[in-house]
Amino acid sequence: MITYSFLQHYWWFIISLLAGLLAFLLFVQGGQSMLFSLSKTEDERRLLVNTLGRKWEFTFTTLVTFGGAFFASFPLFYSTSFGGAYWVWMAILFCFIIQAVSYEFQSKPGNVFGINTYRSFLFINGLLGTFLIGVAIATFFTGSDFNVNKSNITQQLAPVISSWGNEWHGLEALLNLRNWMLGLAVFFLARSLAVLFFINRLNHPVLEARSRKYLWYNAIPFVVFFLTFVIWTLFSDGFAVDPATGVVSMEKYKYFTNLIEMPVVLVLFLLGVVAVLVGVIGTWISAKFKKGIWFAGAGTVVTVCSLLLVAGYNNTAYYPATPALQSSLTIFNSSSSLFTLKAMSIVSLFIPVVLAYIFIAWRSMEKKRIDIEDVNGDDHAY
Amino acid sequence: MNLLDASLVDWSRAQFAMTAMYHWLFVPLTLGLGVIMSIMETLYVKTGDEQWKKATKFWMTLFGVNFAIGVATGIILEFEFGTNWSNYSWFVGDIFGAPLAIEGIMAFFMEATFISIMFFGWKKVSKKFHLASTWLTVLGATLSALWILVANAWMQYPVGMEFNPDTVRNEMIDFWSILFSPVAMNKFFHTVLSGWVMGGLFVIGISSWFLIKKREVDFALKSIRVGAIFGIVSSLLIAYTGDGSAYNVAQHQPMKLAAMEGLYQGKAGTGLVAVGILNPDKKSYKDSINPYLFKVQIPYMLSILAYRDANAFVPGVKDIIDGGYQTPKGTALSFEERHKRGKAAIQSLSDYQKAITAKDSTAAKLHKAALKENYAHFGYGYIDKAEGLIPNVPTVFYSFHIMVALGFYFIALFALVLFFSYNNKIEKKKWLLWVSLWSIPLGYVAGELGWAVAEVGRQPWAIQDVLPVQAAISNISSASVMITFVLFAVLFTALLIAEIRIMLKQIQKGPEAH
Repeated sequence: MITYSFLQHYWWFIISLLAGLLAFLLFVQGGQSMLFSLSKTEDERRLLVNTLGRKWEFTFTTLVTFGGAFFASFPLFYSTSFGGAYWVWMAILFCFIIQAVSYEFQSKPGNVFGINTYRSFLFINGLLGTFLIGVAIATFFTGSDFNVNKSNITQQLAPVISSWGNEWHGLEALLNLRNWMLGLAVFFLARSLAVLFFINRLNHPVLEARSRKYLWYNAIPFVVFFLTFVIWTLFSDGFAVDPATGVVSMEKYKYFTNLIEMPVVLVLFLLGVVAVLVGVIGTWISAKFKKGIWFAGAGTVVTVCSLLLVAGYNNTAYYPATPALQSSLTIFNSSSSLFTLKAMSIVSLFIPVVLAYIFIAWRSMEKKRIDIEDVNGDDHAY
Repeated sequence: MNLLDASLVDWSRAQFAMTAMYHWLFVPLTLGLGVIMSIMETLYVKTGDEQWKKATKFWMTLFGVNFAIGVATGIILEFEFGTNWSNYSWFVGDIFGAPLAIEGIMAFFMEATFISIMFFGWKKVSKKFHLASTWLTVLGATLSALWILVANAWMQYPVGMEFNPDTVRNEMIDFWSILFSPVAMNKFFHTVLSGWVMGGLFVIGISSWFLIKKREVDFALKSIRVGAIFGIVSSLLIAYTGDGSAYNVAQHQPMKLAAMEGLYQGKAGTGLVAVGILNPDKKSYKDSINPYLFKVQIPYMLSILAYRDANAFVPGVKDIIDGGYQTPKGTALSFEERHKRGKAAIQSLSDYQKAITAKDSTAAKLHKAALKENYAHFGYGYIDKAEGLIPNVPTVFYSFHIMVALGFYFIALFALVLFFSYNNKIEKKKWLLWVSLWSIPLGYVAGELGWAVAEVGRQPWAIQDVLPVQAAISNISSASVMITFVLFAVLFTALLIAEIRIMLKQIQKGPEAH
């Protein structure tokens, strides 16, 4: 039976899945943050740029689709968060605008600012883009200072329904240490995935060996920050919603309870974490093992997806308001209408078709590993 | 904070307008050049002629440079609905969000996936697979235009929705009427065709430069012919869809039509201003000053264009504010009356909310019925003065007239280029080659002016009759928006300069480099 509640859950799943895919595809950003450190020669750097440059559009498109899908399914989030946490989202946007031109422009004559400017843009996108997205997502668990009052619309002089509680407009999220933990976890995860991607894709023994070394430097901080965030969150108070009245209240160990009460999500979460670890540890143990990216990538998708399910399912407010608890957004009070969710659900049936052609296209382009001769022999190379 | 702070509304509008205008410097070429290079690659696959491959790759490089910056400006537009128009995002997000999500799922992924094969797959996939990828990249771009234009058309002509007082927003009740609204369909074809005209102008202009320089003559002759055929077909079709646009505006946005024509006092059998200069002394819609210093009219033409009837009454600005004239839906209401009803609708919503809180279902029912009765005027409740209903007339008037004039000029230009190209005399017509080259910027001008007519002309409405811009904004300080405006302006300008220089260098290198 397709009920309103079912569709709200379905769309929260789609949002969570897109977030998971985005987290995986941030390996492009992770790689960009290592452009200057992982490579020692111009040839090596160029190889890294061109290897990432064939994938950046997937990450970018996933980010845009994540935004669009959030707008269509939970418009109150779009309205409240983007219009309120203005500076965080603007900072993220700037990080991505400068990325979009940097591949195409960097090695073309006449690019005005020189190759290093564009590569620095890629570096900034890799460094701040990943970290800030992590911080923004962490507020799904730690809360933000906003108010929603829909009856404002009848106030002719001040009709805006949502308002931010402080003048920092989102930047105050940086004052919360737990938000930092997820920001840093996402940053180091993106870098870990990037080195696994390089190990898989590059036909370049020096860069491959260096990537293996870099895996240490990045996977260990990732595990530390991620576990700190997860354990901290599981044992913190969470934002519970009374399904009958819609009243939001603080509940001890809410997220831990959610995992226990949703065993499927718990299993997925654990499987995801294990897959990430298999990808990383397998690559450490065996020099011949080059498929780490697929394990760690799939693991990332599943882990991040289940983490967001924990934030939104089981009567939990996914975008909590503190201190104005009752303004918190839940998948029930912020979603689109039944009609729109139904229409969008039909559209979502196209997603497997999209995934299928991405798979076919990806495979047709990745028959062999990329080396510097490929880059030099390609007239569209960056 | 007083949210009707004019400076916040103005800065929010300015930021969105600037982003949109920069975005529109890149999108038309993506749409038009994309089709042209796909046609050339098709010719290559069909004939096996390497010249066509070389031509395809040359235009494709320019496509790539242009595409990247279009992507950069596009993402901001999507997010600015949330960051700067947060009330809007809730009030109509139930309808407006869907096309944006569909655009992502159905169009952007297609573009992103196949563009990679198009650029890097020449040696990796078969000729036919590559050709399909090129076409699919362009199809993806065109589909994305479809969905975003459906969304824009809905703001100009909101259909398929109903206001829900419980959620305090408009909700979708008919997806197909939104997708296939006549405004949406016309807007899609008109806008995409403007991109095609731009593509045609770009190709004949750059090819002319090669002919002037006597470089790559074979390539340039081939390209100029494709560009001219494509251009003439597009520019004729765009005239047809332009007529459809004006007709739609007349039906659903009479104030915009009045502004486009500088028409203050309507009459039956109105002529169309072919050429005109507005009188800057005209300060108010109420004064009796002649709005034109000079005008040349085509008799009865505006009535014909707007209502398909030479004697139809076309209302002017003053008529729309004063009301009282006949429309197909009955006698037009005055601004004063609509304002009163809009206020009543807003009050009914407030009373309904209070009744619900007080659990008074009888009162709630009454207020809900009263709200429904007046909802068509809801947005007028936020506008205090009749002047608030009038867009900037000179901007809309001149934008419209220059755009139309350029449209006719493009038809003539493509016709001439095509004529001499088929007579094999184009190389000798130096003047025409120069004119073609310098007509490239005019394509951009026409496109930007078209958007100015559409968007400035619908002010003060974010959504026609439902939500004015001042009730659509976010609760942020105007200083914040000012800062991001400046940052965007600096960044976009820097990137635009880089883009133009890269394009010029790539053009100078010529197709041999490919």
